[in-house]
Amino acid sequence: MAATTELNFFQVKKGLFSWIFSVDHKRVGLLYLYSIMAFFLVGVILGVLMRLELLNPGKDLMEAKTYNQVFTMHGVIMIFLFIIPSIPAVFGNFFLPIMLGTDDVAFPKLNLLSWWIYVVGALMALSTLLFGDGPADTGWTFYAPYSVRTGTNVTMSVLAAFVLGFANILTGLNFIVTIHRLRTPGMTFFKMPLFAWALYATSWIQLLATPIIGITLLMIVAERVLGVGLFDPSIGGDPILYQHLFWIYSHPAVYIMALPAFGIISELLPTFTHRTIFGYKAIAFSSLAIAFVGYFVWGHHMFTTGMSGAARIVFSIMTFLVAIPTAIKVFNWVATLYKGSIDVQPPLLYALGFIFQFMIGGLSGLVLGALASDVHLHDTYFVVGHFHYVMFGGTGFAFFGALHYWYPKIWGRMYNKTIANIAFVIFFIGFNTLYFPMLISGLMGMPRRYYDYLPEFHLPNMISTYGSWILATGLVLMLGNLIAGFFGPKPEIGRNYWGGITLEWQTLSPPPLQNFDKMPEIPKGGPYDFENNY
Amino acid sequence: MEHHSGLVLPNSGHNRDAEASKLGMWLFLFTEFLLFGGLFIVYMVYRMLNPEAFLTASYQLNVTLGAMNTVVLLVSSMTIAMSITAIQQGNSKRSIQLLVFTVAASLVFLVIKYFEWSAKIHHGLFPGMDVFNRLPHGEGLFFYLYFFMTGLHALHIIIGAIFIVVVIFRTKNGLLNADNYSHTENAGLYWHLVDMIWIYLFPLFYLIH
Ligand code: HEM
Ligand SMILES: [Cu+2]
Repeated sequence: MAATTELNFFQVKKGLFSWIFSVDHKRVGLLYLYSIMAFFLVGVILGVLMRLELLNPGKDLMEAKTYNQVFTMHGVIMIFLFIIPSIPAVFGNFFLPIMLGTDDVAFPKLNLLSWWIYVVGALMALSTLLFGDGPADTGWTFYAPYSVRTGTNVTMSVLAAFVLGFANILTGLNFIVTIHRLRTPGMTFFKMPLFAWALYATSWIQLLATPIIGITLLMIVAERVLGVGLFDPSIGGDPILYQHLFWIYSHPAVYIMALPAFGIISELLPTFTHRTIFGYKAIAFSSLAIAFVGYFVWGHHMFTTGMSGAARIVFSIMTFLVAIPTAIKVFNWVATLYKGSIDVQPPLLYALGFIFQFMIGGLSGLVLGALASDVHLHDTYFVVGHFHYVMFGGTGFAFFGALHYWYPKIWGRMYNKTIANIAFVIFFIGFNTLYFPMLISGLMGMPRRYYDYLPEFHLPNMISTYGSWILATGLVLMLGNLIAGFFGPKPEIGRNYWGGITLEWQTLSPPPLQNFDKMPEIPKGGPYDFENNY
Repeated sequence: MEHHSGLVLPNSGHNRDAEASKLGMWLFLFTEFLLFGGLFIVYMVYRMLNPEAFLTASYQLNVTLGAMNTVVLLVSSMTIAMSITAIQQGNSKRSIQLLVFTVAASLVFLVIKYFEWSAKIHHGLFPGMDVFNRLPHGEGLFFYLYFFMTGLHALHIIIGAIFIVVVIFRTKNGLLNADNYSHTENAGLYWHLVDMIWIYLFPLFYLIH
């Protein structure tokens, strides 16, 4: 039978219901993509508004309380609705089964359920705009005792985060079982692409950490509703206990955000250097090491909030230890580039942008992990700069790199590469103009979470706000270019647009419903052995 | 309507895979255990901070009712385990009888719990009530955690019972049988978890004197 007559997964069924009730992992991945992008754009608009307020000292746009609500909403959206689900729920869902040579995840119905739970949680978070005293103004961390006392809709925001946790757990559970049960014959653990390894480690963290935040958030709700002091000291509670419980989840959550991005980079580099990844096993195991050590470092968020000296030193040392497996990865990536035949394409640019920015993020993280300097920098703009470098400059860039990489495979179309390159350059310049000054104003002592600042911080803030405009321009150009690719005559994409070696490049673009039109062949010399396979 | 080349992948996500569904269940139980784990940590911290108050408050609980519920749950755990053996041996009817017994036990548990709770509420010990508000802080925390943790546990009992009822109907319809009983097994796993959590709650609240 001629393979080209095969219907792709877009064509097998049409209509809205065939999407929102689809159990096809590819469609669920795309449902996640469209919803996550929508929330990301809302979050970006809120971020740009904050920067506008901070263009000059004094009040420009909004009241202090509004500003507090805006950064909370921005944080909640970016963390719970964008960055945590982003890569696993979109590209993990779409490509994990294909990379393993199977036709779906282990529990397709639970997978669909997870998207629905995500939507419900998202609507709950947004509903806080509509009633009562408006969205929470506590910051995305919901620190007690303020979160117990404020009149804003903390209860609803917190419940939304709780519900969203279920969606993550279902995705993680699905991936673990898929990896254990559905690898195609011959695909041993050490023949799996590194993206699969990264998702494996991530899924374990999701399972191990999410329940703790879930119950902690429920305790906040109960405290607000019943008025019993678990966390609020004025009614006998202990706010430090809240911080411990919160960060026991939320530090590992940082790796829920970062590990999938590492996986993406480990896919992009071999494809665009046409050589095997340097240190496959080291990269695979360092993911597990990060997942493990990452459990014992949460205290570095609490150096200034009351812990014994001994505890602080231990947490500081552990934090430095996490840097080791992370650095192993970075060195391996750089070594992969060395003497590769590098093919500069848009996805590779995003991978390089990732390495550069993630390094700044990681090194500034060490500055914060060191006790002495953290006491000075805690709750300053240095922290804001740091985590945007890691999450946005790191994971965000990897996400967009993945989007450019798999675009021809998912849709069987292509965007304009020149415009994609230009958009990347603008995006990259905008990003660094926006966030690098924050590291500096932080070092100068500017505190975070204020709508106003002293005149001496004016210059870095001005530059930063200009940066947000450049970044927004790059983003609009990038997304516009991707959307424009959907229209116009359909180019001939073929199966393997970039010359990749993982299994998704063996099937049609877009893939058929059951993913493969012929049995996938596993590369003989391991997942990235270009020499022996081409 | 199917349009494909007829290629069937050996390991398909749409195959029936009892191993996979059990693995999934185990992972889920793991998250449930951690959920309660967070509460156990809070309990431990506050018990260490208020040993006297927790002790005083714990004398208010009715050990007899608590012990009865422990027995009820242990028996129900046994019956659900037996129902799995029954269906393995192809005896669906016996399996259903044992499952019905398990659901009945869950109802007994909830009824006993209801009497326990209403006695406490009658004495004004629910958070926010007058007697509760006059309690020393440590004793208040005890009752607060008592209601929170046993309440969450009771919610799990209800979910577990619904799960078992679904399994009963699926067995009746012949969907579950000697060749395909992973749902029965999963219901059993879940029920054992609910049981095990109670085995921790019971001594923590009723017995430590
Ligand atoms: C155009 C893009 C963005 C801009 C202009 C922006 C700007 C800002 C600003 C000005 C703040 C608040 C600083 C303060 O007053 O403390 C902030 C906070 C934050 N941003 Fe962004 N941001 C952007 C994108 C992102 C992305 C992509 C993420 C996550 C992946 C993110 C995560 C956060 C978080 C978690 C906070 C902390 C909120 C809190 O303090 O509770 N942001 N951002
Ligand atoms: Cu951390």
